[in-house]
Amino acid sequence: MSEHQALTNRKLFTLPTFILAVISFIALVILAKRFMYGLGAVTNLNDGYPWGIWVVYDVVVGTGLACGGYALALIVYIANKGKYHPLVRPALLASLFGYTLGGISAFIDMGRYWNFYNMFLPSQMNLNSVMLEVGLCVTAYCIVLFLEFAPTLLERFKMYGLKEKLDKLLFVFIAIGVLLPTMHQSSLGSLLIAMGYKVDILWQSSYLMPLFAILTAMTMGFSIVIFEASIVTVGFKRHSETHLLKGLGKVIHTLLAVFLILRFGDLIMRDAFSSAFTGSFKANMFLIETLLFIVPLVILSSSKHKNKGSSLFIAAFSMLCAGALYRFNAFLIGWTPNATDTVIYFPSSQELLVSIGIIAMEILGYILLVKLLPVLPKEEHA
Amino acid sequence: MDRRNFLKMAGSGAVIATSSVSGTVQARGNLPVSDQAVGMLFDATRCIGCRACVVECKDINGMPPVDASPDAPWDNAVDLSADTLNIIKAHKSEDSDEFSFIKRNCMHCVDAGCVSVCPVSAMKKDPVTGIVSHDPDVCIGCRYCVAACPYNIPKYEYDEAMGQIQKCQLCNQKGVERIDNNQLPGCAEVCPTGANIYGTRAELLAEAKRRLAATPGSRYDYKLNSIDSIHFQEGTVAKYQPRVYGEFEGGGTQVLLLAGTSFETLGMPDLPEKSYAAVSETVQHSIYGGFAAPAAVLGGLLFLARRNINAEKKNAEQVKLNQKKEEDKS
Repeated sequence: MSEHQALTNRKLFTLPTFILAVISFIALVILAKRFMYGLGAVTNLNDGYPWGIWVVYDVVVGTGLACGGYALALIVYIANKGKYHPLVRPALLASLFGYTLGGISAFIDMGRYWNFYNMFLPSQMNLNSVMLEVGLCVTAYCIVLFLEFAPTLLERFKMYGLKEKLDKLLFVFIAIGVLLPTMHQSSLGSLLIAMGYKVDILWQSSYLMPLFAILTAMTMGFSIVIFEASIVTVGFKRHSETHLLKGLGKVIHTLLAVFLILRFGDLIMRDAFSSAFTGSFKANMFLIETLLFIVPLVILSSSKHKNKGSSLFIAAFSMLCAGALYRFNAFLIGWTPNATDTVIYFPSSQELLVSIGIIAMEILGYILLVKLLPVLPKEEHA
Repeated sequence: MDRRNFLKMAGSGAVIATSSVSGTVQARGNLPVSDQAVGMLFDATRCIGCRACVVECKDINGMPPVDASPDAPWDNAVDLSADTLNIIKAHKSEDSDEFSFIKRNCMHCVDAGCVSVCPVSAMKKDPVTGIVSHDPDVCIGCRYCVAACPYNIPKYEYDEAMGQIQKCQLCNQKGVERIDNNQLPGCAEVCPTGANIYGTRAELLAEAKRRLAATPGSRYDYKLNSIDSIHFQEGTVAKYQPRVYGEFEGGGTQVLLLAGTSFETLGMPDLPEKSYAAVSETVQHSIYGGFAAPAAVLGGLLFLARRNINAEKKNAEQVKLNQKKEEDKS
C-alpha cells in the first residue's frame, strides 16, 4: 500500500509538454555547438569573467532552488515533523532534477571536461580547494538523491522485496542526504572567499560566507516546496496543502530573520553599508535584493497573511527571487573583473537559451514523472 | 530512547565536534617564502616601452601575434590573453602628462591563490624556486584559478574546442626549462635598460630597497638582465613611490615592482597583507579539518533519522491495526 499516486488519469503529452520539449531541444543543439567549437563559440565568457550564467545560474542558483528535498528531509526526519511527509516525494523529485542538471551544467562549463576524473583521484585532490569539496559533494549528493527517490521507482515497478531492503537502509541515505547539502551549499559561499576584492564589498563577507550560503539554501529550500506545492495544486487542480505549507512559512520566517540580522550586522561591522546608497548599478541591485528579502519577512510576520495560501505563495516566490539574486549579485553582478574594472559581461542569447532549456528540461521531467510514478500524495476523492 | 538520553547524546556529539575543531585547526597564516625563491624586479622608471620582452616571450612560448593585419603584420596585443603571457602597458600619470609603463605577467605569489583553489593540483608552486606552474594534462578547466587570481593572470582559451589555461611559468615549463638550465627568463634576457631583471627574491628585494634609498637625481648603476650580472647601465634615480609592490601585497609576490607613479594608476590592485588563500583555507579547514566535524554531525543525523523513521513506521502500523480492528468490529 502506498500513500502516493501517479496521476495516471491525465494525458501524458499536452501542449505545455510539447513547448517544453522544443525549448529543451534547442538547448541541446546549442550544446552540440559548444562541444564542437568551444565555450567561446556560444558564450560571452571572456578574460575578465571566467564564470557566466552557466555556473552562476545553473549550478549556484539552480542547486539552491533544488534544496527542497534537503529542507524537507531536515524537518521530517531530523526534526521529526512527520505531518510534512506527503510533501517529501515531490520535493525529492524536484531536487533530483535540479541537482543532476546542475552537475551536468558544471560538466558542460568545464573547459577541460575530459579530465574531470582527476577530481576523484586521491593523488590529484587538493584538500585546500573549496571547488574540490563542492565537486565531490555534489556528485555524491546526486547519487544519494537517486537512492532516496528509488523507493518511488521500485513501488511503480512492484519490486517490493528490494524496496523493503532499501527502506531498512533509508535512514543512512537520509542522514547523508542532509549532511552533503549542508556541506556543499555552505561551500558555495566559501568559493567566494578566495576571490577577495573581486567580490564587491556588499557581498564579500569572508568568514561568514559559508553561513550566509547555507541560510539562503535552507530558506530557498523551504520556499521552493511552498512554490511547487502551490503550482501543483493550481495546475493539476488538486486539494490545497496550505495547512502544511503555513508551518514551513514559520520556519522560513525564523531563518530569514537570523539571516538578515547577521547580514546587516556584517555589513555595518565591515563599514560596507554606506556603499549601498551610492546609486551605482551594484548598489541598486543590493537594494532590490534587500527589498525581496524584506517582502517575505513582512508577509510571514503578519498574523493576517501568514496562514493564507496566496500570501504564502507570494512570500515564497519573493524569497526565491531574493536568494537567487543574492547569489547572482555575489557571483556575477557584484563581480570586479580586474583592478581597473574594464571588462563587461552579459550572457549571449545562446548562453541564455541553454539555461532556459535546462529549466524547461526540469519542468518537463517533473510533469512527466508525476504522471508516471507515485510521487504526489494520494487524494481521498480525486 | 527517550528525550533525556537523546539530549545527552546530542550534547556529547556537539562537545566532540567543537573540541576536535579547536584542537586540530588553527588559523592558517600566509605561506613562508622559500630561501631560494626566484623572481624578477620590474622598475617602471627604467622601462622605455620597446616591448622586446613581449616579442621574446611570444617567441619562447610559441604564441601567435594578436590582432596582426596585412598593414601592421606584427603583434598588436594590448592586454594579457591566452596568447600573450607578458605585456607592457602604458598608463597616464594622474599628476602630470607623463606616461608610465608597467609590465604585467604572473607575479608568482608567495601564497598563490590559484594554487590554493585548484581542485586537482594542476596549479603547483615549486617548493624550491617558488615558480607557479600549470599542468594542462590534469586541469579540468573549471577556471577557479582565473577567478581567484588577484592579478587576473591565468587565461583560458575560449576560442578552442579543447582549450587550456595559459600563464607565465617563468620560462621553466616542460620543454622550455630555461631556469633549470641556468638561463634567464626570456623577458629578462632581452630587456635593454635593466627595467626587468631576474634574481632570487631576497636579492631583488634588497636591490629594490637600495634604489628606494638612493637620492632622486643621483647616478646609479642599474644591473642588466640579472641581479648577479657584470653588465650594468648608468642612469639617473627617479622619484620612486616609497614602496616595493609585492613585498607584502597579498602575502607577497616573487615578481617585485618599483614605480614613479602610484601603483593604482598602473592598474595594480591594492591588496591586504593577509593572502586571500590563507583566509579561504582557514575557513575550509575549520569546517573540514580531519573531517571530525562532518563525522560528528553525520553521527547525530544517523541517530535522529533512524529513530524518527522507526517511530514513523510504528505509527503507520498502529494506524493500520486500528483500521483493521474497526473493520472487524463493523
